[in-house]
Amino acid sequence: MTIKGFRQITFSINSKERTLVIDMRQSLLEVLREELGLKSVKEGCGVGECGACSVLVDDVLVDSCIYLAIWADGRKIRTVEGEARNGKLSMVQQAYVDEGAVQCGFCTPGFIMATTSFKEKCHGKKVSHDEIRKAHAGNLCRCTGYQNILKAVEKSIES
Amino acid sequence: MFDLKKHVKARSIDEAIALLIENPGARLIAGGTDILIKLRHGKQGFSELVDIHDLPQLRFIKLDENNDILIGSGAVFNDIIESGIIQTHIPMLKDAAQSVGGPQIRNVATIGGNICNGVTSADSASSLFALDAVLEIRGRKTKRNIPVSDFYFGPGRVDLKKGEILTNIRISQKNYKGSSGFYYKYAMRNAMDIATIGCAVSLKTKNHVLEDYRIAFGVAGPVPMRCKITEETMRNKKVSRKLLQDISQAVEKDVNPRTSWRATKEFRMNIIKELCVRATKEALKRAGEEI
Ligand SMILES: Cc1cc2nc3c(=O)[nH]c(=O)nc-3n(C[C@H](O)[C@H](O)[C@H](O)COP(=O)(O)OP(=O)(O)OC[C@H]3O[C@@H](n4cnc5c(N)ncnc54)[C@H](O)[C@@H]3O)c2cc1C
Ligand code: FES
Ligand code: FES
Repeated sequence: MTIKGFRQITFSINSKERTLVIDMRQSLLEVLREELGLKSVKEGCGVGECGACSVLVDDVLVDSCIYLAIWADGRKIRTVEGEARNGKLSMVQQAYVDEGAVQCGFCTPGFIMATTSFKEKCHGKKVSHDEIRKAHAGNLCRCTGYQNILKAVEKSIES
Repeated sequence: MFDLKKHVKARSIDEAIALLIENPGARLIAGGTDILIKLRHGKQGFSELVDIHDLPQLRFIKLDENNDILIGSGAVFNDIIESGIIQTHIPMLKDAAQSVGGPQIRNVATIGGNICNGVTSADSASSLFALDAVLEIRGRKTKRNIPVSDFYFGPGRVDLKKGEILTNIRISQKNYKGSSGFYYKYAMRNAMDIATIGCAVSLKTKNHVLEDYRIAFGVAGPVPMRCKITEETMRNKKVSRKLLQDISQAVEKDVNPRTSWRATKEFRMNIIKELCVRATKEALKRAGEEI
């Protein structure tokens, strides 16, 4: 039995199965940050404009701030916390480090998930600067001026 | 947290209709990219939801036995972009889908939500107007088909009665076969921005003459619109530079742009007169015409 307004959901978070009882009013962002302590997921705007809260749901890039947490039931969620393997950064993460694509870092987890989704969609085929820009148009960065991010994306696609 | 008072999940179209009737104050939520923003901003009237998010029955793009294209209301913009049917037969709708928001939005925002939200800037609307799309709407024991051009009553007001749901959009073969189209969006930024003006052109040519010419705008009036006077004047005209000038002059009489914080009426009119030329040029190019 669940209390009125609360729902039980089961989902995979960074390859681990979890069952939680959540308030139906919560966004996926709130559940990831507050219930699961996944603080890479940032709230910038809260209205789908900045991409700081980007996560992958069934490998599809979404803004978790405007995604109801109850929609995660039965799905597979990925955040930056789950991208490293055996203590080794993912190729996308490493490229961001190598290219100095991180300044304050607030936008970085969202960008990395956007690049990860883009990389997985590209299947190693060559991409233009224009395609890279379009694939990251839903993510804002107030620090870097995007040049190094662009380089990091190029490097992650090549690698 | 969203200020939700009630949330019920529908597992089928029939259940969604039943739940809407059972909960007269409730609204449908599909991708939520309009509704959840309204809730975030504390707007009243959205706190009870019947949830059709990702309902498989509504998420499809297919050809029926008459070669009409059927798009489920729950198809997200990325489905439209990736659909072979859309790419082959109505690339204009792919242009429109690509112009919406950013990747995150296109992965969840549905075409049904775009239309039912009722705003003039909806990027899919002008193309659907130009294609004479028909909306298939179901209620309890009722089924009706309504041309998209009759669907809009006014800003945010559409022809949906209590307990009704848009199930799919039909684009009949006669409206796309042999036609070439283009959607041109003008916005202040190249991405993640609402259209200042959107323009869809769909045309057919034969021996370098316009056999059919359709032009629709978003944000050129309180609801999306076709330019009937322009269309009639241009039919059977020869493809030429002069034609483009004539179109640019003619549309002025059809449209009714307004001043808002985004742009003044005069500025919008300038954009309208330019976009109709550019969209027509691109549509002609797709039709294999040279000018
Ligand atoms: C950051 C951001 C950028 C955006 N950029 C654009 C843009 O560039 N261009 C653009 O056109 N829009 C844009 N939008 C608006 C929005 O994404 C679209 O209008 C979208 O298509 C809405 O679909 P949805 O499924 O998310 O709708 P929802 O929010 O789920 O629903 C919208 C409305 O439609 C009704 N509804 C939904 N499905 C049905 C149905 N099957 N039957 C009856 N009623 C239904 C709902 O009750 C509600 O009133 C943007 C939004 C955000 C947050
Ligand atoms: S916090 Fe989600 S898009 Fe800005
Ligand atoms: S590094 Fe600071 S916002 Fe991008």
